[in-house]
Amino acid sequence: MLAYLVKRVFQAIAVMFAISLIGFAIQDNLGDPLRELVGQSVSEEVRQQLRDELGLNDSFMTQYLRFAGNALQGDLGTSYFFKEPALDVILKKLPATLELVMGATLIIVGLSVPLGVYTAIKPNAILSRIIMGVSIIGISIPVFLTAILMIFVFSVEYGWFPSFGRGEVVHVFGSWDTNFLSADGWMHILLPSVALASIMLPLFVRLIRAEMMEVLQSEYVKYAKAKGIRPFRIYFVHALKNTLLPVITVGGVQIGTMVAYTILTETVFQWPGMGFMFLEAVNRVDTPLIVAYLIVVGFIFVVTNTIVDLIYGLVNPTVNLARMGA
Amino acid sequence: MSLLSVRDLSVKFAMRDQTVTALNHISFDLAKGERLGIVGESGAGKSITGFALMNLLSRPGFIDSGSIHFEGEDIVQMSEAQMRTIRGNRMAMIFQDPMVTLNPVLTIGQQMVETLQAHRKLSKAEAEQIAIVKLREVYIPSPEERLGQYPHELSGGMRQRIIIAIALLLDPELIIADEPTTALDVTIQADIMELLLELCQSNKVGLILITHDLGVVSQMTERTLVMYAGRIIEAGRTREIINDPQHPYTQGLINALPQQTLPGQRLKQIPGNMPGLDAVPVGCPFAPRCQFAVDHCRTTLPELVRYGDVEVACHEVNRLHETRTEDQSA
Ligand SMILES: Nc1ncnc2c1ncn2[C@@H]1O[C@H](COP(=O)(O)OP(=O)(O)OP(=O)(O)O)[C@@H](O)[C@H]1O
Ligand SMILES: [Mg+2]
Repeated sequence: MLAYLVKRVFQAIAVMFAISLIGFAIQDNLGDPLRELVGQSVSEEVRQQLRDELGLNDSFMTQYLRFAGNALQGDLGTSYFFKEPALDVILKKLPATLELVMGATLIIVGLSVPLGVYTAIKPNAILSRIIMGVSIIGISIPVFLTAILMIFVFSVEYGWFPSFGRGEVVHVFGSWDTNFLSADGWMHILLPSVALASIMLPLFVRLIRAEMMEVLQSEYVKYAKAKGIRPFRIYFVHALKNTLLPVITVGGVQIGTMVAYTILTETVFQWPGMGFMFLEAVNRVDTPLIVAYLIVVGFIFVVTNTIVDLIYGLVNPTVNLARMGA
Repeated sequence: MSLLSVRDLSVKFAMRDQTVTALNHISFDLAKGERLGIVGESGAGKSITGFALMNLLSRPGFIDSGSIHFEGEDIVQMSEAQMRTIRGNRMAMIFQDPMVTLNPVLTIGQQMVETLQAHRKLSKAEAEQIAIVKLREVYIPSPEERLGQYPHELSGGMRQRIIIAIALLLDPELIIADEPTTALDVTIQADIMELLLELCQSNKVGLILITHDLGVVSQMTERTLVMYAGRIIEAGRTREIINDPQHPYTQGLINALPQQTLPGQRLKQIPGNMPGLDAVPVGCPFAPRCQFAVDHCRTTLPELVRYGDVEVACHEVNRLHETRTEDQSA
């Protein structure tokens, strides 16, 4: 178990190394930090001197190591626009994004299992056909289009839901304000969460359905029937557990991917999270902020995947963690 | 009254463009505690018979007609809920491949306890006590520890013993075992069969043993059904069927046994293949492969009729029997 853990952590570190390299390469090639610092009116000699002082004339390797060393200490540079440490800027925006991801995850987990199981058990029912049809539509429409359509229908036409912002949030601690503790907060987070879930949910319904149908054909399910076990137990104990094992792995990857989709959702709903911030940073060529965003998102991605892999190992009795570490 | 009485049972498969018949008017009886073998080549309909008796045919398959009286009640007419009270309780099944029969994510204990609790009001602790007793009966070492283990931690032979223990959990009247040893290592096949025989005898449990192997049938069973292309073509006491087979197909099966072959000689396989379900010939289904077939065989289906001590479905059984007796006396 410990050996497996160590192995996974090393893999995670390797991935983070690759991400930091990419981040640094972007910083190295995007924009001129001197221009941001001193503007146009400084003579060439002073510029050279500044370059030397800032270490911009050092070799790529030296510069990268300095960058990585700083990053490890939580220093991802200073945002040109906010004049604040980039990491601080991002961490302030992080809760809004995480809450959005959480809202979408709740929708996905809460609905995909019952819908996937139902469509697998009753593949020919009319309701199943409707679910499968809608899921195809959900997968094929891009997230930003779903978001715009939802605003048009539910905010503009019917006026049921607000169309932008987080609304009334409740302060929890630090920079974390939550949507989940006020009615207005719930009203504001609902549409963006649905929009964000609009591709993953149908994907998961279809995945769970396909896995479940295969499991229901297995010998052990037939055997459970031959033992006189009730259908409810067969579906939810015998079949579902085996169905969800492969789904967990895919799920880990998708949570990370969802963070990327937040850029679109947050922009359409003007959700003050780090996805919205990222797009603004790109417009302003705020290189440190862009790089810091990439690294933070990469970090979230790596951490969720590692955790999901570990959970998979724990819930699947046939995975011998001790042996996998070897 | 017999334990099981099957009459004119027909099973069909609803395929996309046609409906094929997998079991064709099967009838047989099983007395309490009796052990019956079902033999025949692959595709003869042996497994289908086993699942039909449990009313467990899956999707395209269905019971088209006939009755299956189990202790006087017709299983075919039963609701799913009624049927559930019989499955695993009064009638248990042992599957072919123990590597895929047990659920990989549930412990042995969970899979035993759930079976008991499905049929009796028992606490987990009480159920586990019964499970341990049954595991001991099938010679599983340290049964208490096994309860916490997952199937993948155990060998195939061990798993099949556990499956036998699960079959015995609720003291059923009938066990249906579908090739219970074919997936196992040759060295332990005989052990498992012996165990099954011993437990059926000591518990007075009826057994339907499905197998390819006539040798196993002769050791394990009192009566035998020989199946061909979804029909019973010979039925009777195992000893008679093995020693004096009447149907040319049964004779072919026995001649193909390794024991019947001298060292160095090739196995005498029956030439040709059994017809597929969509291409069963009119007349006797075995006629195309039968060296004794006459015109009549190719046009008219022979009924299963009593001949001496056995039942045979062969038009020419009389003639063949006489020739054989002449050969022997000559
Ligand atoms: N789900 C199914 N759909 C269509 N045909 C099927 C299905 N299951 C079985 N059959 C057919 O029914 C016939 C009898 O099958 P069955 O499994 O009973 O054979 P068997 O005698 O048990 O053979 P084996 O010795 O190979 O196990 C075969 O021809 C098979 O192709
Ligand atoms: Mg079979």
